[in-house]
Amino acid sequence: MTLALATDHGAVVQTLNDSPLAVRGMTVSYGEKPAVFSVDMTVRQGAMTAIIGPNGAGKSTLLKAALGVVTPLAGQATVFGKPLARERHRIAYVPQRASVDWDFPTRVIDVVLMGLYRELGLLRRVRARHMDKAMDCLDRVGMRDFADRQIGQLSGGQQQRVFLARALAQSADLYLLDEPFAGVDAATEKAIIDVLKALKDAGKTVVAVHHDLATVADYFDDVFLINTRKVAEGSVDTTFTAENLNIAYGGRLAGAQLEAAAG
Amino acid sequence: MWLDALTLQLGYNATLVALGAMFLGIAAGVTGTFLFLRKRALVSDAISHATLPGIGLAFMVMVAFGGDGRSLVGLLFGSALSAGFGLLCIGWLTQRTRLAEDAAIGAVLSVFFGFGVVLLTVIQTMSAGRQAGLEGFLLGSTAGMLWNDAMIILIGGALTMAAVVAFRRPMSLVAFDPEFAASSGMNVGRIDLMIMGLAMAVTVVGLKIVGLILIVAMLIIPPVTARFWTDRTDHLVILSGAFGGLAAYVGAAFSAAAPDLPTGPIIVLVSFAFFVVSMLAAPGRGVLVALLRHRRFQRRVHMRQGLLALAQGQPIYEGYTMRLLARAGLVQRDGVPTEEGKARAAKALRDEKRWQLVRADQALEGAAALYDGLRALETVLTPDQIAEIDRRMGGLAGVEA
Amino acid sequence: MGAEFVPLSLPPLLIGVFAAIACALPGNFLLLRRQALIGDAISHVVLPGIVAAFLITGVVATGPMMLGAAVAAVLAVGLIEAIRRLGRIEPGAAMGLVFTAMFAGGVLLLEQSDTSSVHLDVEHALYGNLESLIWLDGEGWHSLLEWSAVREMPEELWRILGALLGVSGFVWLLWRPLKISTFDAGFAQSVGVPTTFVGLALVVVSAVAAVAAFDAVGSIIVIAMFICPPAAARLMTNRLEVQIAWSAVFATLSAVLGYVLAGYGPLWIGAGHAVSAAGMIATVSGVILALAACFGPCRTRSGAPAV
Repeated sequence: MTLALATDHGAVVQTLNDSPLAVRGMTVSYGEKPAVFSVDMTVRQGAMTAIIGPNGAGKSTLLKAALGVVTPLAGQATVFGKPLARERHRIAYVPQRASVDWDFPTRVIDVVLMGLYRELGLLRRVRARHMDKAMDCLDRVGMRDFADRQIGQLSGGQQQRVFLARALAQSADLYLLDEPFAGVDAATEKAIIDVLKALKDAGKTVVAVHHDLATVADYFDDVFLINTRKVAEGSVDTTFTAENLNIAYGGRLAGAQLEAAAG
Repeated sequence: MWLDALTLQLGYNATLVALGAMFLGIAAGVTGTFLFLRKRALVSDAISHATLPGIGLAFMVMVAFGGDGRSLVGLLFGSALSAGFGLLCIGWLTQRTRLAEDAAIGAVLSVFFGFGVVLLTVIQTMSAGRQAGLEGFLLGSTAGMLWNDAMIILIGGALTMAAVVAFRRPMSLVAFDPEFAASSGMNVGRIDLMIMGLAMAVTVVGLKIVGLILIVAMLIIPPVTARFWTDRTDHLVILSGAFGGLAAYVGAAFSAAAPDLPTGPIIVLVSFAFFVVSMLAAPGRGVLVALLRHRRFQRRVHMRQGLLALAQGQPIYEGYTMRLLARAGLVQRDGVPTEEGKARAAKALRDEKRWQLVRADQALEGAAALYDGLRALETVLTPDQIAEIDRRMGGLAGVEA
Repeated sequence: MGAEFVPLSLPPLLIGVFAAIACALPGNFLLLRRQALIGDAISHVVLPGIVAAFLITGVVATGPMMLGAAVAAVLAVGLIEAIRRLGRIEPGAAMGLVFTAMFAGGVLLLEQSDTSSVHLDVEHALYGNLESLIWLDGEGWHSLLEWSAVREMPEELWRILGALLGVSGFVWLLWRPLKISTFDAGFAQSVGVPTTFVGLALVVVSAVAAVAAFDAVGSIIVIAMFICPPAAARLMTNRLEVQIAWSAVFATLSAVLGYVLAGYGPLWIGAGHAVSAAGMIATVSGVILALAACFGPCRTRSGAPAV
């Protein structure tokens, strides 16, 4: 029986310096129980990576710690080989849809314009070209007609698309998405994956926290399996195996699920 | 003098007030616990401020019917009516509009209070109002209280406490787990209403002693104080009542001994002192202990990560980790592990690999749930189970014990 | 009417309006951040701050007292945060605990020290004395054009005007960070908005507005203006920009109507004496909120009209 041990990653070390996102020794703890313990992660340039693991395995926490949204107990993250603070403009982050108050008094177009914050700064005026860009991003997620809609009137799928449009407006090189497919309709899922694949074709790197094992092989190139510790990382072909899933999910997955996933 | 006060040697009225305050403190502590657990502590702020227009209106009505307007029962009745109306407004605003509860509380609090102030200025211009002393309700005053008033406070405090004790079971259930309470057939809405009603009763009875601005403290501070000492709902209720009762008794007795010390602020400050001591020093949730524990936890995490890195020959990125290892004599100054360091690192790695098998095994799910990256496997599994794990690891373990 | 209106009513009206808007502006963000009651907490702790400043300096001077109030407000906010984080206590309870304890301390200090001679009392702190802020040099509208007369306007007016300009400047300058971090704190951090700083700055600016307003109009108006105009404005629109504008309109309306009703209302119904202007302004703001809650076009979550 061979085990892909969490800590065996000698092969990826040499690419660490220019990896879009590299995490070293990351430990995050809410209280006295670590949500993420001593995790290393190296994302491959130009690939779509899924972060996978059971509920409470620390998937979202890992993403947030890498972005500095939560403060880690130990460890650090580099973005394109540099400290996060210097490369923020190359990152676009899509938080979980449920993490914000959709009753906030604002319109769809205003949310997308938030993606231009780094460009607009504190006081620069929103000009026609900014509006055009925001509308274009809405167009890419099929939401152009909703630009003037109040965000509270959108369905869950539409909200997720608006969040994605905001990320597109950031013109980033690395896209980090937290559960982008959670609770969305089939049409939205299709729209989102099309946009993400187009990003990949344009040479961008995409990392998404994902929970639907059945679609991993269709959507993603690489997987990162986590359950507090890293379980495995690598391409879908070699790493998204029944064995690794068994380790990550503690044997709680039914055989059929495993086959569907890794078959 | 202080001793006299604490042992109730200061005369009839002071004794009645001190006992009444104690009953009130217990009732407030217990009722406040339910508000606290329902995360609605500040509703009490709205309730208390909303009593003011009721006091003013009751006075005006009593004067209009020929009384002198100062009957405590009448004033308290009026204050209860307007506080109840204030609660209705909060409920209406949160259910019928998009406003959140905190905004509704703030709106009711400020508007009712503002309207109450308008009424007070009207009363000041009435001939009967000059000496009404209604301002006493803002900050409370027990100085020069009549025997009748003291009796009302004693009886009111005792009745409120009795009601709280009688209804503690259903209220605890709802406060602790509203969904379970609803599923077992309880009317959560009605019990919530009861909690609010009791908070209102506490407020009304306490108006004369601590005043409407500070009565809030009696409902909020004791449960927060008690929270540092226990995690169990039933203990929380009892402790909170005890803290509340003690603070109120001590405060009332002190201010009876020194009449220039206003009762309300003293009660609140005694209560606050209990809180400060609890927050700092309580075992478990106290801040000092928690800070120490957090530091220790952080050290353990860094040690463990450092050992794992050593075992696998990986670089150690964090200076803090390195310093910890060096201080423990596990690495030399140049970062090379010592013999002891190597042994500890190998053991850490073996532990980690054993854990990985445990966590992949559904049969050991109970043990796997305890994984926190630090716990030694020996503390959750029997030697036999560990031997079984090692057998499964086979030659792969490759690490001498 | 100018001859009487300008010296007696214009300054209090202006002060009331400026104070109302200065509190309502940051109130919009506090409302959306579910921190509406911060205004309540701040206005309670102003009293101990002022009393402490008086006891330390021994004089009734506006500068030290406002500084004391501001320090108390910031201290209170710091304590609330510390108790919330270190003690893991929910924000509402932490808030209630801190401001009641500090208020109690203020009352006790006040009762223990000989401040009766210096016109420092709890009721004054609550009601303010808007009505007494008159402008003796104002002899009519033309006085507004004479620098020598304008200079003699009540100093409270200049202070609250300064606070209003400061608050407006803050909202204008930090508009985008405020909006983004209020809506989506996680995203804000990911694009480099210093969310903790923005949150703290908002609270400090609110405290400054509250202290400046408190000095002139008392704490009732402060609490009411932090909450009622923004809450009513939220029910009128689904756009933050428009909400801010509505809140300023409602704040102005409350101040003007409240002042007029308090001063002249009793005369209209035949009573002889004016009532508390501060209380009446709070009452009017409540009536406006009630109307918005009944008829506002965006009053409910579901029933918002499609734009």
